[in-house]
Amino acid sequence: MCGIIGLHLRDPELYPQLGRLLDTMLCGVTERGPDSAGIAVYGDPERNPPGEAAVSVLSAPGDLADLVSAVLPGTPPVGVDRAGATTVVTAPVSPEALITAVSAAAPDARVVGSGSDLVVYKDVGRPDDLAATYRLRDVSGWQGLAHTRMATESAITPEGCHPFSVGTDQCLVHNGSFSNHATVRRDLRRQGVEFDSENDTEVGARFVAARLAEGDDLEKALRLLGETFDGFYTLLVTTADGFAVVRDEIACKPAIVAEHPRWVAMASEFRALAELPGIGEAHIFEPAPGQVYAWTR
Amino acid sequence: MDAVSPVTTLEGARLDGRADDDRATGDRAAGDVVRTIDLHEADVRTLNAELHAPRHRRYEVLNSQGAHAVAAGLREEIEVRVRGHVGYYCAGMNEAAHVVVDGSAGTGLAENMMSGSVRVRGDASQSAGATGRGGLLVVEGSASMRCGISMKGIDIVVGGSVGPMSAFMAQAGRLVVCGDAGDGLGDSIYEARLYVRGGIGTLGADCVEKPLREEHHAELAQLLAAAGLDHATSEFRRYGSARSLYHFTTEHAGSY
Repeated sequence: MCGIIGLHLRDPELYPQLGRLLDTMLCGVTERGPDSAGIAVYGDPERNPPGEAAVSVLSAPGDLADLVSAVLPGTPPVGVDRAGATTVVTAPVSPEALITAVSAAAPDARVVGSGSDLVVYKDVGRPDDLAATYRLRDVSGWQGLAHTRMATESAITPEGCHPFSVGTDQCLVHNGSFSNHATVRRDLRRQGVEFDSENDTEVGARFVAARLAEGDDLEKALRLLGETFDGFYTLLVTTADGFAVVRDEIACKPAIVAEHPRWVAMASEFRALAELPGIGEAHIFEPAPGQVYAWTR
Repeated sequence: MDAVSPVTTLEGARLDGRADDDRATGDRAAGDVVRTIDLHEADVRTLNAELHAPRHRRYEVLNSQGAHAVAAGLREEIEVRVRGHVGYYCAGMNEAAHVVVDGSAGTGLAENMMSGSVRVRGDASQSAGATGRGGLLVVEGSASMRCGISMKGIDIVVGGSVGPMSAFMAQAGRLVVCGDAGDGLGDSIYEARLYVRGGIGTLGADCVEKPLREEHHAELAQLLAAAGLDHATSEFRRYGSARSLYHFTTEHAGSY
């Protein structure tokens, strides 16, 4: 099963309410994925301060702030914020520099998200409990997404939890399963792409990241994903300025989009959208099979 | 195609020909009072328990908010009006009851309906009327993929369009589509009859266009009237089974 929600705000007046709206939406998909939940938030100046990078880490050692600061040039102040299994590290450097520093300072830790406008959290447990752990209701920003997981293909671990964030300010969440992921992973490895796991969704995220790095826009990257991947999927993919939804040609995995002058929202089912402000006036539709829907900030 | 075009609002489309009821009025005879159940106060299990052993003939459901299994498994001849959107499996397995949803419906609307009627004033998600054996399902808006999949005697009338793979393996019953049908219409169809007013993406395997004879005009007119629609039957085309997939062909035995 699994549940997906995403919200892309068009009206800045709603930015302070992002976390509250996401929390309501998450409650609507809790039953679809009761074993784990991950969220990603774009544009919260407290979680990812302007001018700084944020890197989300699993299995972080207790003294990560000091360890990271010590390996960064000029030993700048490093922020560390723990929420469940996730530790968010912030510092006034580039996301790439911070990832390198974290990996050097804590080789056993796993980087699960990075960006200059993005914070990612993931853990196992009930989604409504995790929303409290992540202090989701306090979040502000212009875009966010969440995934509730009912694991079918791999173990229930924080690493297996979505979103998969493998490029700067990028996130991908998936409902379904890719059947030819091993083949695509081999092809990407041959091109020099490195993988953290044997998870099928990670392959989708790496593929999109590789296309975006080649200069494709989000719409083209997802069109190519449709030509390359076999299997069942509804995907929600976000970037530093984009929000996109795509389903496979059979479209067994549910998706519903609501478009309103103040926001664009996507969810696995209507229940998650029911409380959004102005839902009565929104244009609500199911994404057609194999078609990419993309919105840019 | 866009399976969910803007909602078509069809006025005067009552299922039972009676004047539209609204709120309960206390001074009516007990049997006529509309019992209102608010899903902000009661859960779906409580609602359905009452609808399965009804003490009233008419019910109104408020704040459905996309809840699943609203009015599923009804077996009494009651009327249920849901004032809002519903989630999965609304009115599933319906027998005898008449359910109207003033909103849109999620996956599996009226799945395996036996008899009675279900009307959705908005759109319906995937697999509307799937495996239905009888009764009438009306979707005033559009229905998405796999509408009428494996239908076994149900009548389905869609005011708008239906998505790809509709009437897949349809065995019996009638599907009327006033808009367009997506790709793969009627793939591996048996004896269901399909009437489509607009265009067809592609026809599925073994589904072909067939002549629309007098008896078909008559049954189509009846179905449109039952749904409260007044399109001319001459605007429709009929599709059905070429009956070439019915039997195992022994001369192909060597291929298996």
